[in-house]
Amino acid sequence: MLDIRDVNKSYGSRSVLTDVSFTVRNGRMTGFVGANGAGKTTTMRIILGVLMPDSGTVLVDGEPVTASDRRRFGYMPEERGLYPKMRLGEQLIYLARLHGLSPGSARANTRTLLERLGLHERAGDLVQALSLGNQQRAQIAAALVHDPEFLVLDEPFSGLDPIAVETVMTVLTDYAATGAPVLFSSHQLDIVERLCDDLVIIADGRIRAKGSREGLRERFSSPRFEIQFAGDTGWIGALPGITLLETAPGTAVFEAETDAASQIVLRQALDRGPVGSFSPQHPSLASIFKEAVR
Amino acid sequence: MNTQRPVHTAPTFVHSVWLVANREIVARLRSKTFLISTAVLLMISLTSVVVGSIVAQNTSLPRVAVVGIAAQKVEQITTLNLIPADSVDEAEALVRDGSVDAALVPAVTETSPLGVSVIALSEPPATIMATLSVAPTVRLLEPPERDNRLAYLVALGFGLVFLMSSTTFGATISQSVVEEKQTRIVEILMSTIPVRALLAGKVVGNSVMAFVQIVAIGLLVSIGLAATGQNTLLSGIGPSIAWFAVFFAFGFVLLASLYAATASLVARQEDVGSATSPVLVLVMLPYLLVIFFNDNPAVLAVMSYVPFSAPVGMPMRIFLGAADWWEPLVSLVILLLTTAAVVALGSRVYAHALLRMGARVPLREALKRGR
Repeated sequence: MLDIRDVNKSYGSRSVLTDVSFTVRNGRMTGFVGANGAGKTTTMRIILGVLMPDSGTVLVDGEPVTASDRRRFGYMPEERGLYPKMRLGEQLIYLARLHGLSPGSARANTRTLLERLGLHERAGDLVQALSLGNQQRAQIAAALVHDPEFLVLDEPFSGLDPIAVETVMTVLTDYAATGAPVLFSSHQLDIVERLCDDLVIIADGRIRAKGSREGLRERFSSPRFEIQFAGDTGWIGALPGITLLETAPGTAVFEAETDAASQIVLRQALDRGPVGSFSPQHPSLASIFKEAVR
Repeated sequence: MNTQRPVHTAPTFVHSVWLVANREIVARLRSKTFLISTAVLLMISLTSVVVGSIVAQNTSLPRVAVVGIAAQKVEQITTLNLIPADSVDEAEALVRDGSVDAALVPAVTETSPLGVSVIALSEPPATIMATLSVAPTVRLLEPPERDNRLAYLVALGFGLVFLMSSTTFGATISQSVVEEKQTRIVEILMSTIPVRALLAGKVVGNSVMAFVQIVAIGLLVSIGLAATGQNTLLSGIGPSIAWFAVFFAFGFVLLASLYAATASLVARQEDVGSATSPVLVLVMLPYLLVIFFNDNPAVLAVMSYVPFSAPVGMPMRIFLGAADWWEPLVSLVILLLTTAAVVALGSRVYAHALLRMGARVPLREALKRGR
């Protein structure tokens, strides 16, 4: 488990992070969402010890993180980088050995990982000779090659083609399934929505919302319903406790103050003719995000 | 994937340094630029020894044509290269076409005490005259240890090797620092091993390569001197070469840290040159000083204690016999202390500047800023 507690960071008079606290639980994919410049990369760098916070702590299983703990982290920085003039396989072995792996297990891990990512034929190539998509996969491999117990990935999906996105998603969910806490940032909200168990939303250096995906949905969902039936829809807005939000011929979206009020709409609609569908509306991550950062 | 993740223990600081150094060394050995420049440097050193030996043989022995009885008078003189000629006319012809410097012929008049005359082209040959003359004994109160021309050549040699090795490896280490910063792999490295281990590994790796190169040059020059029969010069210069290697080993660590620290202030390869130029001045100065002041004991004495110029200044003084036995040791201690201080300061700058992209980081800011 990874705990970020009351972390503050400022550059001169400009405050970048204010009282940032959240938890990345074991075996959970935690999505870290925020606009550009909201403080995601700074937070991740602080977790990895690349940057020092002005105040606040990072805890690993309840203990302040140490330098040797950090070697058990897998990190994918936002701005990708590997040695361009080094062979891919040798580079991964080197990174694994820096994390303390024996030469034998470093080689074995490199081989299996490159196979899983479909890069095994490229092991002898210089990194600069790889295509952009393959360089991205290589970067994922660099974050995973030392059997990390924690994964922190800054925008792991940016710049990936749809097939690579699927590959990387599988690799990451597999990793979380082994019980590792996985924190990843992304601005591709649809991917986050599909992938994450927990969500942390940050804006202007402050955490605006955090919790499980379902919990947040419930918290941010207003009692909204969509109904589809033939005929005029204007009468719905006139009912007590109902606000009509959108209407189009044959369909209407409304907000109900109580469940009972929504049932009245359904009953009256049935009285007027056949109802095609009636469903409560779940807010999309995008709308939760918009709501949270407002 | 299995549910059990193996647990790996973190490598020690020394092990991390070794891993980084090892990567640097392998990267150098794989680089064609490095291999070619090393080969060129070795060739230049060997050529200069061989050419030196040929020049030495030609200049130290004036060629003299000898005719008849004159040959017997001078046959004990070893500093002349004697070429027998059949007649005075033939000897004169040899002098005229320049294949000998002068000719010794039997004296025509009885007044000559030696019984020989010298024939030369346009002016009396000073060296040959001096060899043949009877001179009063001279006692020098402060005899020069070596002749100045040789001292100049040795100074040039030390200066040039120092300059070339320092700038080559200085450029290499700065490029490798900026490469890591530019490609951002430095973030992964910083999250894995202490920044100091990263810097130490780069400095150690490049210093080892520079040192190996210097030792290779030293050995090649020594072997070359021995093979071309210049044993006197070898026994004179041998200890200086050994001290040069020792001083260079630590002096380069000092320079390498400076190169790494100044290079870390910029984020693009294009800016490396201007960022590291102050260090280049520190490398150029001892080279220029030793060339212009190799006959000035006061300047050399100061040079031999200033850490940046000691690798050139001290071996030069040892070669000239101007240094007491304890002097290189004291100078070495000063160099070591300075190196330790500069490494500490350099790693501070390095650690603070590594993550700052974009514009060049002002040195003052890098020295004080927390990361």
